[in-house]
Amino acid sequence: MDIQTMTFIMIGLSFALYIGIAIWSHASSTREFYIAGAHVHPVANGMATAADWMSAASFISMAGLISFMGYDGAVYLMGWTGGYVLLALCLAPYLRKFGKFTVPDFIGDRYYSQTARTVAVICTIFISFTYVAGQMRGVGVVFSRFLEVDIVTGVMIGMAVVFFYAVLGGMKGITYTQVAQYCVLIFAYLVPAVFISLLMTGNVIPQFGFGSVVNDGSGQFLLDRLDGLSTELGFAAYTTGTKSTIDMFFITAALMVGTAGLPHVIVRFFTVPRVHDARKSAGWALLFIVVLYTTAPAVASFARVNMINTINAEDGSGTPYSEAPGWIKNWEQTGLISWEDKNNDGRMFYAADERNEMKIDRDIMVLANPEIANLPAWVIALVAAGGIAAALSTSAGLLLVISTAISHDLLKRNLMPDITEKKELLFARLAAAAAILVAGYLGVNPPDYVASVVAFAFGLAASSFFPAIVMGIFSQKMNREGAVAGMIVGITFTASYIIYFKFLNVELNSADNWWFGISPEGIGTLGMLLNFAVAITISRFTAATPDNIKQLILNIRHP
Amino acid sequence: MENEQGYWRANLRLILILLSIWAFVSFGCGILLVDWLNQFRFFGFKLGFWFAQQGSLYTFVILIFIYVWRMNLLDKQYGVKETHDAAVDGTSDTDTAKTSTSKTGGSE
Repeated sequence: MDIQTMTFIMIGLSFALYIGIAIWSHASSTREFYIAGAHVHPVANGMATAADWMSAASFISMAGLISFMGYDGAVYLMGWTGGYVLLALCLAPYLRKFGKFTVPDFIGDRYYSQTARTVAVICTIFISFTYVAGQMRGVGVVFSRFLEVDIVTGVMIGMAVVFFYAVLGGMKGITYTQVAQYCVLIFAYLVPAVFISLLMTGNVIPQFGFGSVVNDGSGQFLLDRLDGLSTELGFAAYTTGTKSTIDMFFITAALMVGTAGLPHVIVRFFTVPRVHDARKSAGWALLFIVVLYTTAPAVASFARVNMINTINAEDGSGTPYSEAPGWIKNWEQTGLISWEDKNNDGRMFYAADERNEMKIDRDIMVLANPEIANLPAWVIALVAAGGIAAALSTSAGLLLVISTAISHDLLKRNLMPDITEKKELLFARLAAAAAILVAGYLGVNPPDYVASVVAFAFGLAASSFFPAIVMGIFSQKMNREGAVAGMIVGITFTASYIIYFKFLNVELNSADNWWFGISPEGIGTLGMLLNFAVAITISRFTAATPDNIKQLILNIRHP
Repeated sequence: MENEQGYWRANLRLILILLSIWAFVSFGCGILLVDWLNQFRFFGFKLGFWFAQQGSLYTFVILIFIYVWRMNLLDKQYGVKETHDAAVDGTSDTDTAKTSTSKTGGSE
């Protein structure tokens, strides 16, 4: 059977499974629609959180990014996992105890202010849409490469499936499909990683494999080989990287704090029965996430060695294009890889200097990896299904947050407080449907700044939500005026810095012009510090927190 | 009240200890001390590189489970008990959440 038929079968089967689960678990109340009735088992919630969190970016792009960045890639590995420690210790248990539906709920109630609620709603919607656009794009890429349908059709199919289970099942449907999607995506990620680790180092466990000796009798460690290859070709040594220490520090911190402040992650902890379960659930979520995140750097270094060896040939003379393996020609059709024979020798060569003749998009590393390593067709099909599972599970979680923000935070708690439960549920479904259409449009016509806006999502979450929530729990003195001022200063500062360097003056976006050498990706950390400073100062000079709010704070601190 | 304060203080102390370890493995070993640690070998890895791409991640998972374990002990020590059904958690805010299932969204 060829790869295409196999991929059709794999993806078809996985879709049938998701739709089956959706029908079995449709939601009948707003409580079920928003937080799955708060009846989700902590381990199941951990799995759902992991699938929710690991997006097309984690599955498809992350190993590729690390593969090209080497040591510097650690900002994503530590940043996107370290946030869960903050979440588990400082946010999840107390928010669960608070026991409502959304992040704006908490901000609005804790700071007794509709302004604070509105700021939170706007941030939530903005963050979630930036995120979801990338997911739909991921679905499109997988479809166009493996099923050879065009990207528009791919996105349509993806939209239809998400529409079905998100609109029908709400959080309940999404949670149980995410559990299934986690299983699909982690299996799809591990199988090729184990295969490749075995082929290259003889070690079954990829996490140990990339610290082992290469399997060719040379007795050289894989990472030493990679450092050697990299410097020979004019790249920085793989295990040291090029980012400055201060930038590494700020980016990692921004991603950690941003992760802990992302509304679609936080809301998952509202779905478990007890505070005790919220703590436990965060642990399980991180465990499930770390399985993929510790495999990714292994995949990255295997892929790098394999790719260099395939293109430059083992002896470094360059592989003749006429003998190029199938995957190079397959990916050339998508435009994600290209070869220009600069020295007219008919051979490909990849390097950092003038010898280079290749253009390779980082996004193909995971998807092409099984082909590069010559793995069987079913593994390649599995990876395609895994990529789609990752994109769909994250989109669904985000769409739900958007629809809740509109039906619950904006309509019910702000504009039309008198609507009935039934009406609210209807609005939630309509909002989810509308959000899917917008997301689909963004997937088909992606703004070229998709990659840049991710920095935005994390920067904003870090500089607005995280400080407001943490101070809301840990400080009784923090009042409405302080929190609102802090959020506004934090967001304005972070957004201006990112817009200035990423959109208005792209040519100035280099370390020489950055403040203190902090890149736009890391500026959220500074925004967060500003938020804290402004909030604390203002709260000293304005009216104290009312007594009933102090009572609320004491209440959420105690399970 | 005194009991509640003791519980909260013990919780804060635990959080501070765990977060120091969190910061030490990631920002410390993974970033600030990475060059110095790289002179050491851990199997085929340079040690600093290993902390940045593997070690700190494992530590994060362990930290959360230690938190869960210690908090369960604290809950027992201070006699903090949660009712099994969230919907009858006893507090006013979860009560409103409960009633929202029965069509009278009320104060929601």
